[in-house]
Amino acid sequence: MQRDSSTALGMTESMEIFPLGDSALVVRVREQFEDAPEETLDETLRVFQLLQRAAIPGVIELAPAYTSVAVFFDPVAVLKSGGTAEGAFEEFTTKIRSAIVPASRRHRRRIATRAPRSIEIPVCYDVEFGVDLDRVAEHTKLSEREIIDLHSSGKYRVACIGFVPGFTFLAGLPKNLATPRRGVPRKEITPGSVGIGGAQTGIYPLRSPGGWNLIGRTPLKLFDPVKDPPTLVCPGDRVRFRAISREEFESLKQ
Amino acid sequence: MRNAEVTPRDPSTALGTPAVVERAGFLTSVQDLGRTGSRQFGVSTSGALDPFALRVANLLVGNDEGAAGLEITLGGLQLRFEDERIIAWCGGEFDVQIGSRALPAGHVAIVKAGDELKFGRPQTGCRCWLAISGGIDVPDVLGSRSTDLRANFGGLEGRMLRDGDQLSLGAFQRSQTAAAEDISSWSGPHDWVSPAKRYPILRFFRGVDWHRFNALTLQHFTGEQFTVSPDSDRMGVRLEGPELKREDETDLISEAVAPGTIQVPPSGKPILLLRDCQTIGGYPKMAHVITVDLGIAAQLRAGDGTRFFEVSLQDAHQLLMERQRDLERFRVGLSLQRT
Repeated sequence: MQRDSSTALGMTESMEIFPLGDSALVVRVREQFEDAPEETLDETLRVFQLLQRAAIPGVIELAPAYTSVAVFFDPVAVLKSGGTAEGAFEEFTTKIRSAIVPASRRHRRRIATRAPRSIEIPVCYDVEFGVDLDRVAEHTKLSEREIIDLHSSGKYRVACIGFVPGFTFLAGLPKNLATPRRGVPRKEITPGSVGIGGAQTGIYPLRSPGGWNLIGRTPLKLFDPVKDPPTLVCPGDRVRFRAISREEFESLKQ
Repeated sequence: MRNAEVTPRDPSTALGTPAVVERAGFLTSVQDLGRTGSRQFGVSTSGALDPFALRVANLLVGNDEGAAGLEITLGGLQLRFEDERIIAWCGGEFDVQIGSRALPAGHVAIVKAGDELKFGRPQTGCRCWLAISGGIDVPDVLGSRSTDLRANFGGLEGRMLRDGDQLSLGAFQRSQTAAAEDISSWSGPHDWVSPAKRYPILRFFRGVDWHRFNALTLQHFTGEQFTVSPDSDRMGVRLEGPELKREDETDLISEAVAPGTIQVPPSGKPILLLRDCQTIGGYPKMAHVITVDLGIAAQLRAGDGTRFFEVSLQDAHQLLMERQRDLERFRVGLSLQRT
């Protein structure tokens, strides 16, 4: 019991809140990600969900990313509530703090976060799509077959969706597959391309430039603005890849 | 802020005939006040780069302030109207003509079927926002009518306008036209309707990574002039100037960025992010330009010089509150003119 509450305290002490401009702030839950990805992601998503549940007046939206949760707010709504602008903003950050802290202390283990879904993503690793398999092979000293087997048997979690709509950053890449990004990024990458960028793997949702090593392609659509939610996966979801043939790729293509 | 409700068909409302885009100009897109709620899926804010200018233009024509209008970059737009509409625009110093009459920024005009509206190149500034009574009637995607030009959705088919496009316009109250006649000599305050400055100064406060830069760099940042680079766009204003050097080389974990964030990539050339910016980034967040000055930033074009001036977060909030109070007064003033 004693130990549990001190860990919880330790966690809240390391938590940092700082402004991201005058209309947003960042709750940085942890300093590091790579040393404990699973635990850090759980903690970040827990904070995300606690803030969602708290429904603090003036909050417009929340967005988690690896170690932090961004809180976008309507400053006019927030500042109107208090006597001075300074006082009102202080009060607002206090509300954010208290939405996270007591709950973390009391129900750290009990509060059920939204259960992460398990999603299987079919990927065709044919050389036509896996144009950088040779580059990864050279760097990792593995055969292309071994790379495909390792990548498609890994267990991944969605660590973050962003910089563009639906870009899926996955934690859990087998360490021996890590390969540095290409020196010169490609000008155009086809949507659905699966890549390795350093110690991460991810999927490009849109036609965009990019520097990751492309090893395959999924026929599924990662982002569709008319769907709810608009992305195939959400932060925290568990993902597995299933190697498929070129024929299956064509038949699944959306 | 959501978009104007399209009122049901009744005899006092004019129904959506389109306006014809005879020339689309350099870069014209449908924008409203932006998209919120989808940042967790990586979706940018989008929307008018100067939401305040669009709000004022919308209020002038009697729209809900969040109605969709057009953002016009560097002019060149030519529109032909097919029915009677009230229009107003705010932004850079553009020459705008309805046929042969000039329409200055922040003034209301009534256009008739067959009238042509033309935007010349700006003398100063880069962008302006046109509001048309009834608003631009495009589908609401993820809570907004704004065009996401990078992900290609929203607005008109997710793209910028092209020559020959037909713009659906929403219905509006006929009584608005009579009101517009009463206020046609009236204008919004100059500072609001023409935010472009010859010597723009952007006010900022320190970002979380301010301390990662050396003392000389920080001096340069506040003391020197920066020049806008040609590869600037709706995602961000890229700046050339003294190289901003970091004190440490720690790799930063990707974290949220926001419009107004000044991030510094390894090149040492700062980027001031605007409303089409990515949702997360791993470059140090050196500073944040305050929201009330983002309308000035939206007017920067290649070759312009700009300087930065430090304020506090409290100042930023105070200025925003004052801006909101002024807008409320403007709204009340307008409604008094109309009654």
